Amino acid sequence: MNHSIETENLSLWYGDFQALMDVSVKIPDGQITSLIGPSGCGKTTLLRCFNRVNERYGNVTTEGKIEVLGKNIYDADVSLPELRKAVGMVFQRPNPLPISVYENILFGLRIHSPMRSITRADADEIVEEALKSVFLWTDLKDKLKTRATSLQLEQQQKLCIARLLPLKPKIILMDEPCSALDAKGTRAVEELMEILAGTYTFIIVTHNMAQARRVSKECIFMFLGELIEHRETQALFTDPQHEKTSDYVHMRYG
Amino acid sequence: MFTETPIDRRKRLTENVMRIFLLIITSIMIIPLLLIIGYLLYKALPVLSFEFLFSNPRDNMRAGGIWAPFLGTIYLVVVSLLVSAPIGVFAAVYLNEYARENWFTRITNLAVVNLAGVPSIVHALFGVGAFVLFAGLGESILAASLTLAIMTLPVIIASTTEALKAVPMSFREACWNLGATRWQTIRRIVIPNSISGILTGVILQVSRAAGETAPIMFTGAVFYKAIAEGNLFAYNITEQCMALSLHLFTISTQVPDVTEGTPHGTAVVLVGSVLLVNAAAIILRVYLRTRKKW
Repeated sequence: MNHSIETENLSLWYGDFQALMDVSVKIPDGQITSLIGPSGCGKTTLLRCFNRVNERYGNVTTEGKIEVLGKNIYDADVSLPELRKAVGMVFQRPNPLPISVYENILFGLRIHSPMRSITRADADEIVEEALKSVFLWTDLKDKLKTRATSLQLEQQQKLCIARLLPLKPKIILMDEPCSALDAKGTRAVEELMEILAGTYTFIIVTHNMAQARRVSKECIFMFLGELIEHRETQALFTDPQHEKTSDYVHMRYG
Repeated sequence: MFTETPIDRRKRLTENVMRIFLLIITSIMIIPLLLIIGYLLYKALPVLSFEFLFSNPRDNMRAGGIWAPFLGTIYLVVVSLLVSAPIGVFAAVYLNEYARENWFTRITNLAVVNLAGVPSIVHALFGVGAFVLFAGLGESILAASLTLAIMTLPVIIASTTEALKAVPMSFREACWNLGATRWQTIRRIVIPNSISGILTGVILQVSRAAGETAPIMFTGAVFYKAIAEGNLFAYNITEQCMALSLHLFTISTQVPDVTEGTPHGTAVVLVGSVLLVNAAAIILRVYLRTRKKW
């Protein structure tokens, strides 16, 4: 089995506070892996390591190795914009940019291309294709000029996924992507992930254990910055090897 | 059921008393403004005319108009903002978008706060030392404007920082995770969404720069200087100029037998121009805000 992401003894500090401790993990290619654990255990921090966006949040020190698609992302020749093109992120609160639906989809391409290098026809095609991939085209094809921030939350979140696609990412990181959505929206985003998995590798942070069981093949349980258990999802839930995992999945704390 | 108890009655009375009391206090704040403007207009009415605005003072400033000081104030305000607005806005962008919390930013923020608290007469002395003498600009519009710029700079930095902070962090995160550099994020998302606040903050400094007397008194403003009437380019920024605030002081206290109403007319033009600029700021803000929703 191929791995999209591999970390070895990854530790991370925010100032003096150690948020990750010796995390070694291999994330399989082309499927959905979930990341569970109580709040503040380092799930989001780990996610942000994979495209090195952590470094934008102030005083961060990292130790250990992270390989993304076989490349050590701390190598000197790694360009952060290129890394972040390949590793996209979807957030807890849908965060479309305060510009039109159309420009949201094109935003990624525009910041990575010379000025005015994208022709109108190409742009139209890219927008249509991206919206079709997330099943928003029929809903939004007449609303391309609408401000993305005025859409329904479910549409906003799907748009945030669609916005990544023109950059042809390999990995999509999802940080509790459904916690702001209702049951219908949650289902829609989950279905979308299931359809797109294969083309993309998904890593989803979730507090919803039912969701982890529904969507992910493998599941990682973290606790206070440590990776406690990483197994096939069903096995992790039905037969946890570690006492802390067992306590958590049976909701004895959390 | 639901009848009023004695406690309810007392609460209701207190509520009414407080409502009226607070209303009165608030009105007290408006009354002086209305009285000032009303009194000035009433006194100034006999002299106010286009003639008054566009002609120079005459007869040792006992009569005539206010063209030279009016244009001088415009020069001082415009030149000072041309200096302080870009520096202030860019500094605020750096502090808010790039700088990490460290000794440098702490010192800078401390400097900004303290600079804002320095009395204007101290700025004047600094201006004399730094611009008039040390930089060799002499007493000139340039020296006076730079002094005003130093005075308005910290406030522009503070107001710009506020405007930038109002842009949700989630927009920046979205951009960063798409691989945008900080500057791309700033130029495409942060600035377009904070421009109304930034501009309002800058424009509000017009009133401060226009109203101050002390910082310009020793650095570039003179009691009297005749210039070509009606010519917008009558001043050279390396020379001295008249200014409305100083002119008002002069004709109110230093010149005997000034034509009735002239000081009031001068004040009306000063206050009127400032109100006009502030109104423009409000309109601009409303206009730019209708374009942003999140």
